[in-house]
Order: sequence, then structure tokens, then C-alpha cells
Amino acid sequence: MQIFLIRRSLGFLATLFAISVIVFLVMNVLPGDPAVTILGIDSTEDARAALRAELGLDRPIWLRYGDWVWGAVRGDFGTSYFFRVPVSELIAERLPLTLSLAGLAMLATVLLGVTLGIVAAANHGRTGDWLIMVLSQLGIAVPAFWLSILLVLLFAVKLRWLPPGGFPGWDEPVLALRSLVLPTVALALVQSAVLARVTRSSALEVMRLDFVRTARATGLPPGRIWGRHILPNALVPIVTIVGMQVAAVVTGTIVIENVFYLPGLGRLVFQSIANRDLFTVQALVVMFAGIVVTANFLVDIAYALIDPRLKGRLA
Amino acid sequence: MRRRQVNLWLGAALVGLMTAVALVSLFWTPYDVTQLTISRKFEPPSPTNWLGTDQLGRDVVSLLMAASVNSLTVAFVAVGIGGSIGTALGLAASAWGGWVETLVMRLADLGFAFPALLFAIMLAAAFGPSLGNAILAIAFINIPIFARVARGAANQVWTRDFVLAGQVAGLGRLRLTVDHILPNIAAPIIVQATIEFAVAILAEAALSYLGLGAQPPLPSWGRMLAEAQTLMYLAPELAIYPGLCIIAAVLGFGLLGDGLRDVTDPRLTRARA
Repeated sequence: MQIFLIRRSLGFLATLFAISVIVFLVMNVLPGDPAVTILGIDSTEDARAALRAELGLDRPIWLRYGDWVWGAVRGDFGTSYFFRVPVSELIAERLPLTLSLAGLAMLATVLLGVTLGIVAAANHGRTGDWLIMVLSQLGIAVPAFWLSILLVLLFAVKLRWLPPGGFPGWDEPVLALRSLVLPTVALALVQSAVLARVTRSSALEVMRLDFVRTARATGLPPGRIWGRHILPNALVPIVTIVGMQVAAVVTGTIVIENVFYLPGLGRLVFQSIANRDLFTVQALVVMFAGIVVTANFLVDIAYALIDPRLKGRLA
Repeated sequence: MRRRQVNLWLGAALVGLMTAVALVSLFWTPYDVTQLTISRKFEPPSPTNWLGTDQLGRDVVSLLMAASVNSLTVAFVAVGIGGSIGTALGLAASAWGGWVETLVMRLADLGFAFPALLFAIMLAAAFGPSLGNAILAIAFINIPIFARVARGAANQVWTRDFVLAGQVAGLGRLRLTVDHILPNIAAPIIVQATIEFAVAILAEAALSYLGLGAQPPLPSWGRMLAEAQTLMYLAPELAIYPGLCIIAAVLGFGLLGDGLRDVTDPRLTRARA
């Protein structure tokens, strides 16, 4: 177990390192001169030279990479060329909104997805099962941004129950939560469609096994059979998918924040692309990729904790 | 047995329809999509314009038809590039094993850390947003997927008797891979490609919606949605049709892929029933 943890942690760190190299290469080396990327092709050579000196772009590439990584490790992502403030400050301002949205969406996904999956499995072969499966097949095909537009059309434009977009800030918690309802639903509906399918098939697998039949035969109430016998054994595939969904939801916030004009990290990415704010985009891409990798890493650790069979094999 | 047939045929019908519409639109659309008639903007559905006209007076049916070409082309090129490279890497990993296999699989793991959106964002920031960059981003995320599928399938084929016979007969790994392994892993690769087609159409729509894909005036479902969103109070129906097209395309390829997998690999059907 400990060997597994150490090996997996080293792999995790190596992946983070590799990500930083890839992002740095794609954004700093492939395009040629970052000064041209930032200032545009119609800029003068003097202006480019001045910018190169200002940003330290005239130094050797490996030195720039080293400085960038060393800074990033300490939470310093350099200065935003457009906003003229530290990138870490921009991130700190917007991170709470993005994390709240992602957290709410994950919570809704798990509650809805697992519940629907259990209902479908418990009613295997009947109308309820069929209905949930058809809906989830549809849900997988629906683009989250289109679902968002439909939700806005119905609940903001037609019924006027909820705001169509924007964010009033956390000073007004009720209004803030209200403006997160539609984005959360848009993110969670699509993801819970996937989770419902996985939960259903995983539960069906377990329900066929002998110990469940024995539990039934001994007259245990259905709630107890589900809680003590079926769900714990059906958990591994569910946790795998939930882990992948953390990554999907976090990158999904980039899209959804832009649909609803929410001032989070996803909006910042697009503002920074439009502003040619190369280093802000670079920091954000590394952050998002880092979150994806961290989610996968935690899932691997969770496996070892929830599945005793794996525990033995991994030791 | 019956359900998998339903998936397969429903998927095939949707994909067939979508492809037919795209092919027809190459030669003919009810109206020219580049022709702007501002005086006829926001017209309701009528016998002459089945779904009405948009904010620039263009026929919505014609736009949707023309945009289907964009979606299918992007998916075809991106999955084609990513699938070919990925399959080649997976086959090489399986044939040579050892450090080649370790290297390919580690790189594949790394590839999974970059969703298409992040990759497209990087490319857009470095080179400016374009459809080409969107295709590259979608192609890139397909490489690790196909590398894993190809390696897994190829590893099974390498243990079969006819491959052993080929080895005994002195055939090299490259020759065996091309002549014997590849044809025998075609089924899972085609199934994966069909499913990834659906994912690619969804990804293209999202990237174009965000302005990182198809650029004006190229018609694209994603971009039509982005434009319709700004006109939601004036013409809400314009935000409906492109979404329905995306769903039909994604559902079509998804169902076809599922159906094909069930037909080509009956073991899975029983496991998932």
C-alpha cells in the first residue's frame, strides 16, 4: 500500500512537470516570438525589443522556463501584461466563483446521477428504467452550452424566475446563489446522465451476485440490501466516473461561465486570449490541467481505499 | 438482442440522413447562404423559408445544411488524424513492447491531462483562433484514446496461433503488424472512431460557440448558437434549431458506435444487459 502511494505520488509529480514543459513549449517556443504574439504582427521592432527586455524574453529559454516554474511553485505566475497586476491576484479574485460553481455542479451531479441510476437498476426492465435510460442517452448528446441557452430562454426570458446571467458578488448571498442555479443545472444535467448509466450498470452487475440473493432470501429490507451490500460493491466504477467528471466539470465551467457571463477563471481565459495576455492564459491552462491530473490522482488513491481486493494487489 | 438492433439502425439512419444532407448542401441549398437580405430578417417559418430567416435575412434551413458540412468535415479530419497517429503508436507499443510500450503509454496518460478545450485555448492564445487550430486540438485528444484501444486489442491478437506461426515463419514485427495485426483490430478501431466522431462534433460545436473554431462567414452550428444567444429576446427560435442538429448528429454517431460495438463484440452486450 505504501509503495503504491509513493509510486503513484512520484508519477503524479512527473505528470505535473511534463504538463508544465508542454504548456511552456506550445505557448512560448512554437509560435516563435512571444513579443509578436502579444503586440501583434504590425508592431515595430523597437516596441518588440522593449517588451522582450521588460518581460525578460531576451534570456535563454531554459532560464525562462526555470524562472516560470520556480515562480509557479511559490504561487507567483508573473504579471498580467494587460491588467498590469500579478496573475496570482487575478486568479485569487476569480477562483472562489469557479470553485463554487464546480462544487455545486459536482454535488448536484452525484445526487441526481446516483439516485437516477439506483432507481433505474431497482426497476430493471420496467418503464422507469427505460425512461431514465432514454433520457440519459439524450442527455449525453446535449451540448451543455445549448442546454444553458434553453434554460435561460425558459427560466429567465419567458418565466423571469431567475437571472439570465451575470454575478452580483458574494456580498448578496441569496442573489449570488440564484445566479448560480441555471449554470449549475446546465453543468450537472449532462454529467448526471453519464453517471446514471454507470451507476445503473454497476448496480445491475452486483445485484446478480449470490450474496445479494442470499441477503434477499434472509429477508433483509431493500434499503439495507442497497445500503450495505449493493452500493458499496458497485462503488469502484462509480468513483472512476466521478473522478473523470470532476475534470469534465472543471473544464466545463470555462464554457458555462462564458454562456452566463460569470466573472470566474473561465471568463478570464477568454478575456486574456482576446487581450493577447499570453502569460495569464499560460498560468490558467497549467492550473486547469493541474486540476484534471489531481482529480485522476485522487481517484487512483480512492480505489485503493474503497476496494479491498485492489489493496492486496497494489501492496 | 432487439435493443442493440434498435441502437444500430436508429444510429445508422441518423448518420445516413446527416451525411446525405451534407452532401446535397455541397451542390444545392434552398437559398444561397452568402446572400444577405436585411429587409427580410427574422421572418417566421413559411412555405418558402421552412424555418424562417435569421438576423441578416438568410434562410435558416440553408444555413443549417451548410453548417452540417463543417461539422462532419471537422470530425472526419480530426478523428482521421488523431486516430491514425494513435493507432500507429498503439500498434508500435504492442509490437515492440519494452521501453517503446512504456513510453507510448506514459505519453498517452499525459495526453489525457489536456481536454480538447484546454488544448484549443493554448493554440488560440499562441496562434490566434482558427478552425485549423480547433481541428488540431480535437485530433490531439484522439491520439491517446486510439493508442490505448489499439494497444489493448493488438496485445490480444499477438497471442493468437496464426501470429505465432507468422513469427516462426520468420516474418518481422512490422510485416506482422501491417498484414495480420491491423486487419484483426479493425473492428474495435472502427467502433471507437464512430464514438469519437460524436465527441468531435460536440467539441467542434463548443469551440465554435466560444469563438475558437469556425470563423465568420463559415456556417457552423456552434457559431449560429453564439449569434442566436445575443438575439434571444428578439428571435428565441433561432437558438433552438442548431442545437437540435447537434443532438441529432451526436446521438446518431453515438448510437451507431454502440450498435456496432454490440454487433462486433457480443461479449460486451451480455455484460452490460
